[in-house]
Amino acid sequence: MTRATLVRANLGRHKRRTILTVLGLGIALFLFVTLQTFLHTLRSVGEIGSETRLVVTNKLGIVFPPPLAYRARLQAVDGVESVGYASWFGGIYQDPSNFFANFAVDPEYLAMYPEIVVSPEHREAFMADRTGAVVGVRLLDRFGWQVGQTVTLRGTIYPGDHDFTIRGVYSAGRKGFDETSMFFHHRYLEEIARSQGMDGVVGWYVLKVSDPDEAPAIAEAIDKTYENSSSPTRTQTDKAFNLSFIGMYGNIGFFLNAIGMAVVFAILMVSANTIAMSARERFAEVAVLKTLGFSDGDVLRIVVAEAASIVGLGLLLGLGGAFLLFNVMDFDMGGFAPGLTVSPGVALVASGAAALIAIASAAIPAWQAARLKVTDALRYVA
Amino acid sequence: MKIPLIYNIRSVLHRPATSLATALGIGFVVLTFVGMLALANGFRSAMISTGRPDNVMLLRKGADSEISSGISREHAAIVRSLPEVAKLPDGRPIASADVFVVVAKPRLDGSETHMPVRGVSPEAFELRDEVRIVDGRSFEPGRAEVIVGRGLVGRMQDVEIGSTIRFGQQEFTVVGHFEADGSAFESEVWGDAETLMSAFRGPVYQSVTVRLADPNAFDALVARIEGDPRLQLQAKRESEFFAEQAQFLGSTLEFIAFFVTIVMSIGAVFGAINTMDAMVAARAREIAVLQTLGFQRRSVLASFLVEALVIALAGGVLGCLLALPINGIQTSTVNWQSFGEVTFAFRISPKILLQGMIFAAVMGLIGGFLPARRAAKQGLAAGMRRG
Repeated sequence: MTRATLVRANLGRHKRRTILTVLGLGIALFLFVTLQTFLHTLRSVGEIGSETRLVVTNKLGIVFPPPLAYRARLQAVDGVESVGYASWFGGIYQDPSNFFANFAVDPEYLAMYPEIVVSPEHREAFMADRTGAVVGVRLLDRFGWQVGQTVTLRGTIYPGDHDFTIRGVYSAGRKGFDETSMFFHHRYLEEIARSQGMDGVVGWYVLKVSDPDEAPAIAEAIDKTYENSSSPTRTQTDKAFNLSFIGMYGNIGFFLNAIGMAVVFAILMVSANTIAMSARERFAEVAVLKTLGFSDGDVLRIVVAEAASIVGLGLLLGLGGAFLLFNVMDFDMGGFAPGLTVSPGVALVASGAAALIAIASAAIPAWQAARLKVTDALRYVA
Repeated sequence: MKIPLIYNIRSVLHRPATSLATALGIGFVVLTFVGMLALANGFRSAMISTGRPDNVMLLRKGADSEISSGISREHAAIVRSLPEVAKLPDGRPIASADVFVVVAKPRLDGSETHMPVRGVSPEAFELRDEVRIVDGRSFEPGRAEVIVGRGLVGRMQDVEIGSTIRFGQQEFTVVGHFEADGSAFESEVWGDAETLMSAFRGPVYQSVTVRLADPNAFDALVARIEGDPRLQLQAKRESEFFAEQAQFLGSTLEFIAFFVTIVMSIGAVFGAINTMDAMVAARAREIAVLQTLGFQRRSVLASFLVEALVIALAGGVLGCLLALPINGIQTSTVNWQSFGEVTFAFRISPKILLQGMIFAAVMGLIGGFLPARRAAKQGLAAGMRRG
């Protein structure tokens, strides 16, 4: 009889217990992976950005729009290839709970983002329509919209109902890039804004620079130019721009990690208890094994192997389940958290946590079993 | 006949390690649950305690936050002079036309946030009488001075008294700190509306808030404003406005709390089943003795359920106790509905603790049911042979 057979037989003895423990571990590790993935995805969204793109905002913050008149001067800055701009529209579709991002952009802007992939036909149709819009594929699915359909957004910043015709669909050319936004022509926004006396400004500028190494110098030069104007600017890489939004969540990452730790501790308690219980019940058997010539080391390895099999199965279930749900089935929690992807890093962290749980659970019973004296054990009543 | 409770308590104490581990498994679930609900509760109560029901806040029609709103001087003046607005003894209306912006500023830890800045009318301190200076003095109208809410002090850079904050081309001196009953106003910087207007977006207010002369006149005021073709404004009670601004983040936090704890609790229930199963198996002979003594199956079932409950409730108490130290810990985040930073504290309420205990009890009962039924069904002879 090999040790492996012994481990298998032991696991099969209390089937209900083994199954429940594996399921419990699986569920908890699934939760752990989900929390970590959520956190990781949030961070990586911030890190998506191009080295050759700079974002120019008002130094006071994103709610203060720089003048549209800056465009020509930005274009003239040495090393700047092209200038695009965008504005937050803040339109609501039917109900505030349907929130999604909608931006007005100029044609250059779309050209600067190779991440926004639109088919040539869609792009052409969009360009030809004054009130046309391009929507993310996830947004299209969310509301069951169709290309050619007219949707009405209620303005929060620009009062009134405004109609847009969906002329194209975009998908992300890069993993993790948002697919839930809507873009429309900045010209159309200017029309709306002019009728309400709010024109002449843009939300932010995006610059494409020819040489990424020159980006910091270009940024500094721009900010210096406008330092003493009524709208001083802040120029940063679009990566830094994205990251600043993530930073605004504050220490949410710390809390998610704390929850993750609590989850790990809870399963540690539960699984350690079960494994210790199983080992204790069999102290008499351990004595028999030892009488048959199994060494202390053998006994230790058997207990550890049992714990490792249980935790390993749990990990397979939890990690595999999360992988299947997010990476394969692309589950987005009803639009709440799109683009979740279990990364190799998260998988590694989860495996580490599982290994820790296995070792911590098996340590005491394995040590006890290895040190057990045959005479004591045969007397032991579980 | 019922099996006395002391039997269960002694049984639990007889296996201290196993009982404790099971209780702790449940305890950590309760800890997470209480902690996350305390976070959601702290945020909501900061927002809900903001504003009074007899103050009415006016925004531009369609605006969903102060940031997206805009009201001209002319319209603000019309609103101030409406007959439903309460007046001070000297005849000035109890009203404030506010400039409200969020400015990109660094927190102490270096991360950037949107610091809310509110420019108010001189009557704002009568209108929002919960605002009290706790340190220094108030700003003087016309001067480049601001006061800073207590929630921002110790969380943001350059908000100590005597520091200067730069808004565009102007520098403002911090002359005082204020509190406001823990409301969201405490996360704001306040200054004179006219002075701040020139530093920010020019001659436009974001909101006008007025005190009702008669608290029941809300509908009358709404009717008058809606009936005035000059005014394109929407009215809300101030308290309702701020409560609504908490909707999204508040329910998101609660959703996460319930999602995480429900998933975790499944694992804890499985653990409880295992423990109780082992206890039942180990005590087969004891159960047989109980049956011999004349205790009915129903009593045995009830007794083991009670035992599971004892462990679960002990876990619940442990979880609640472990959660208590987080009460009052301050944190802050940007509330994207209002666009500005909100400082709030974890706030554990008796209701949350009770919910945690109920949660623990439910986990215990579910986890204890199958093993208890197994105990009750065990045959007498089989039990005597085993164990």
